[in-house]
Amino acid sequence: MITQAPNYNRRKWVDRFMRGLTIAATGLALIPLFLILGYVVFRGASALNLDFFTKAYEPPVVGAAGTVGNAGGILHGIVGSLLIVGVAMLIALPIGLLAAVFLAEYPANSVATFVRFCTDVLSAAPSIIVGVVAYVLIVQRTRQFSGLAGSVALAVLMVPVITRTTEEILKLVPHGMREAAMALGAPKWRLTLTVVIPAALSGIVTGALLAFARATGETAPLLLTVLGNNNVSFNLLAPMAALPLLTYKYTDTPFPAQNTLAWGTALILTLLVLSVNILVRWATRNRLK
Amino acid sequence: MAQAERLSTWQVVQQRMRHGDVIFWLLTLFFALIVIALVVAVGYVTWAGSAQARTTFGIGFLFQDGWDPVNGKFGALPAIYGTLVSSAIALLLAGPLGTLIGVFLSELCPARLRQPLSFLVELLAAIPSVIYGMWGVFVFVPFFRSAIAKPIANSIGKSVPLLAGPVAAGRGVMVAGIILAIMILPTIAAITRDVLSVVPNHQREAMLAVGATRWEMIRLAVLPYARAGIIGGLMLGLGRALGETMAALMVIGSFKDSIKPSLFSPGITAAALIASELPNANDDLHASTLILIALVLFGITLLLNGLARLLVWQAARGPTGSVRA
Repeated sequence: MITQAPNYNRRKWVDRFMRGLTIAATGLALIPLFLILGYVVFRGASALNLDFFTKAYEPPVVGAAGTVGNAGGILHGIVGSLLIVGVAMLIALPIGLLAAVFLAEYPANSVATFVRFCTDVLSAAPSIIVGVVAYVLIVQRTRQFSGLAGSVALAVLMVPVITRTTEEILKLVPHGMREAAMALGAPKWRLTLTVVIPAALSGIVTGALLAFARATGETAPLLLTVLGNNNVSFNLLAPMAALPLLTYKYTDTPFPAQNTLAWGTALILTLLVLSVNILVRWATRNRLK
Repeated sequence: MAQAERLSTWQVVQQRMRHGDVIFWLLTLFFALIVIALVVAVGYVTWAGSAQARTTFGIGFLFQDGWDPVNGKFGALPAIYGTLVSSAIALLLAGPLGTLIGVFLSELCPARLRQPLSFLVELLAAIPSVIYGMWGVFVFVPFFRSAIAKPIANSIGKSVPLLAGPVAAGRGVMVAGIILAIMILPTIAAITRDVLSVVPNHQREAMLAVGATRWEMIRLAVLPYARAGIIGGLMLGLGRALGETMAALMVIGSFKDSIKPSLFSPGITAAALIASELPNANDDLHASTLILIALVLFGITLLLNGLARLLVWQAARGPTGSVRA
């Protein structure tokens, strides 16, 4: 005869309550996501116009009724961010790529273990620490804030991302491909460069894109190295503007027109991050299954 | 003769091939060593750069307050306090919430929703911190000030100094903690989900077979098995909160001189202090002090992360015992 356990009702309700709690927690976490995205999209969209993309900083003009006029655009930030992150990518890509080849293509040894440990340390280090190091090594030595110092700091932050993703993707390349190339008499360097890396190219690009997105939104190290600039500047050896610096700077001003620019800049940064993440998701959708 | 020449050319080619391999290996080794050199550089620069401050103040300056660079007065206690308290608030809020989300994603979520929901939660981690800061300044701080801080300060705050007014502009340690909580939530949720997903199914089946409800199964068979990994995830989240700069800098209010008893009052975190003062540091001692704070921050996050990774790694490998209920 089947009898019901005496405390079954209580247990059933505890079960339902806790399950409900996990659902509520997940819902609660999505609220700030949608709030942030919603605010950035709606407030940011009102900042987008031709001037926003084609003008640099313009001092706020106080009109007759105390209204503040046109506040210019963010062209200097776009140029600065592209140059700084581009140079950072040029520095980080060879380091990350070849270090990953060392980790994935050669037999495991103690150096490789230590390199993996070091990529973990680098990705765990707060970005401000990397900024401090770039500040001491470059800005203090040259007595000059510069875009290049920012590039170096961002490159240090990109290296672990590129190294780890590339290593993992290289390990997914089937051994048969390497063996086939070896059987044709190709030396190691040749088979790595012409067989393994092309086979893993989509994954490598994925890692590089993630690193690019992360670096573009990075602000703290730029505060210590790039400083900011109100004009469009192509000189990497002098202070430059950058998009996240503009978001920061225009948030803390009393001028509504500049606050709108902050929202607009945030929208550009968010769109960049979102599109890269969705692209990466789409590109790796088969690998996840 | 011709034969010998052909052979020697072939040998040269072969040699070059072999050398090519050695060169390529050396090249990859060189770039791998650069990664190590970067870590060494971070350690060395923060150590050497802080030498002056270390000899001038000793370790005691970490427990002093008073911050007046112009008169050579440096006390890091408010920054240490602000960092620890804002991170603790973040962990208290995001810890239980993130763990529950991880449980939902790994154990209870319909399979069709799992991927999209995980993706959404992880998007939270991808948003740059300066955007959290800006959203905090424009949206969350005004809301928090009028809807939460003022009512609490005017009621409970009258008897509890920790929650006392004045609320002023609304920026403060509590707000920073809440923003940090939102930022570390995805880290904790994602790691909890990952360590729960490697709990072997026989753990669950054994529990269900003796008549447990789903929650009892999770509480008695799944969570204990993954305990180390979950704690590791919490520590990784804490490490992220400790080192976070921009969001804290923008919403914490930058009050550097002393510790204010109320959580609604402005304060400062170590990372925010460095970011706001190092670019303007004019004398060596000031810069050296800030670099020393960076060194302490680096050491703490490194320790936390090392320990956390060990726990997560062990959990992912699975404990040696079979049933741990």
